[in-house]
Amino acid sequence: MAEVLLKVKDLVKQFDGGTVLDGISFDVRRGEVIVVVGSSGCGKSTLLRCINALEPIQGGSVELGGEPVVYGSKNLARMRQQIGMVFQSYDLFPHMNVIDNILLAPLKVQKRNKSEARAEAMELLKRVGLEDKAESYPRQLSGGQKQRVAIVRALCMHPVLLLFDEVTAALDPEMVREVLDVMLDLAGQGRTMIIVTHEMQFARAIADRVLFIDNGKIVEDSDPDTFFESPKSDRAKQFLNIFNFERSK
Amino acid sequence: MPDLGLDVLFKGKNMLRLLGGLWVAVRISLISVALSIPLGILLGIVMTWKNPVTKTVTRIYLEFIRIMPQLVLLFIVFFSSTRTFGWDISGELASVIVFTAWGTAEMGDLVRGALISIPKHQYESGAALALSPFQTYFYIIIPQTVRRLIPLSINLVTRMIKTTSLILMIGVVEVLKVAQQIIEANRMSSPNAAFGIYLVVLIMYFMICWPISMLARYLEKKWR
Ligand SMILES: Nc1ncnc2c1ncn2[C@@H]1O[C@H](COP(=O)(O)OP(=O)(O)OP(=O)(O)O)[C@@H](O)[C@H]1O
Ligand SMILES: [Mg+2]
Repeated sequence: MAEVLLKVKDLVKQFDGGTVLDGISFDVRRGEVIVVVGSSGCGKSTLLRCINALEPIQGGSVELGGEPVVYGSKNLARMRQQIGMVFQSYDLFPHMNVIDNILLAPLKVQKRNKSEARAEAMELLKRVGLEDKAESYPRQLSGGQKQRVAIVRALCMHPVLLLFDEVTAALDPEMVREVLDVMLDLAGQGRTMIIVTHEMQFARAIADRVLFIDNGKIVEDSDPDTFFESPKSDRAKQFLNIFNFERSK
Repeated sequence: MPDLGLDVLFKGKNMLRLLGGLWVAVRISLISVALSIPLGILLGIVMTWKNPVTKTVTRIYLEFIRIMPQLVLLFIVFFSSTRTFGWDISGELASVIVFTAWGTAEMGDLVRGALISIPKHQYESGAALALSPFQTYFYIIIPQTVRRLIPLSINLVTRMIKTTSLILMIGVVEVLKVAQQIIEANRMSSPNAAFGIYLVVLIMYFMICWPISMLARYLEKKWR
């Protein structure tokens, strides 16, 4: 088995309102694709945000490649370069065109050579079918195109871990597929990913492991067939039922 | 063609005097705007603070300036300061003070609006890409804020130029005052001059404000 890349241990996250994550522990091995599911508000986004320290945590630890990822710490910029994240909301920078969006961090944070970084960005854009959009501005793109650019922007930093937070949730149905296909392609390349999604069929197709979160805890941690066919907990059964429809006539 | 008394314009240095008056108005506006922008940016940043004291104080300042007619403010600064404190300030200085106070308030509110309208995920996307907070401000937040601000502050300039027509009330000889003087001096020889001269003043205001408005509209479209 591949070595452990990410180690989340006893993670506790509290907001003023109360405890959202209450002792979350799991390991992610290199090349694994983890899908995180759970009902709305159970803390999936919060978990991803804690992994790259966008939020301070109240207990536990996150380690990437043996090094701690700590909110506000000195090495945080170096750690975050290794973690790519794509959000649900379209988060491209509206005042920059596609190629500048992609190149900002490689040039300013990693101080890479411009022509080399640009060549790589163009290669990645081609891979997601957007090589002709390099000079376009975000407002000229569809939602699905924006999300593919956001994925390329994350990839261009050479992250070892990718976090996806419901990247298709705000999209029209006909654009969901093009984005999911890009993610399937990444999984095929052996990338390590943690994906939060409400697309259950996609989850089943892409996941090596499914984590089900309820009440701040990981209630199930199993392979996708087990999770979708024979979940152990009642909460998971209830949750999966939401996606089943009985014939009404 | 009816006699508009336009010939008066070409008597002596009348045209030059009108243009001189226009320059006084534009100069007061430009100085006030130049002062209002940095002060307004500071005020706008302070207005986004959560501190209740700064919140209340800046709010009162903004409301006060907005509610008071500019003319009243001009009178307060020009006449009262002389009476009460014995300061002898010129009409032009009083105008700059009032317009700067007004411009700072308006700019501050624009800056506050621009800052809070940048969505939180813009900051977070920067952070997730490992940009430092300084880099996030420099490359992401400030450029977007400035783009929103520039068209709005250009509109503020045209509003100021138009409002300078009030300062003749405190004895500043700007374009409208010059027009009055010219009309007054030629009341006997060409009684119709009032119409022609004011028409020219109108065109002058238009020639100054219209390109500025167009520029604002162009930038707004370009940076939307
Ligand atoms: N900044 C915050 N301040 C206070 N409470 C917060 C904050 N962010 C999230 N929460 C709370 O934490 C809980 C988990 O939120 P989170 O966004 O992680 O849920 P989620 O599982 O991603 O939900 P969804 O499926 O709807 O995206 C929610 O109850 C939410 O109200
Ligand atoms: Mg969420």
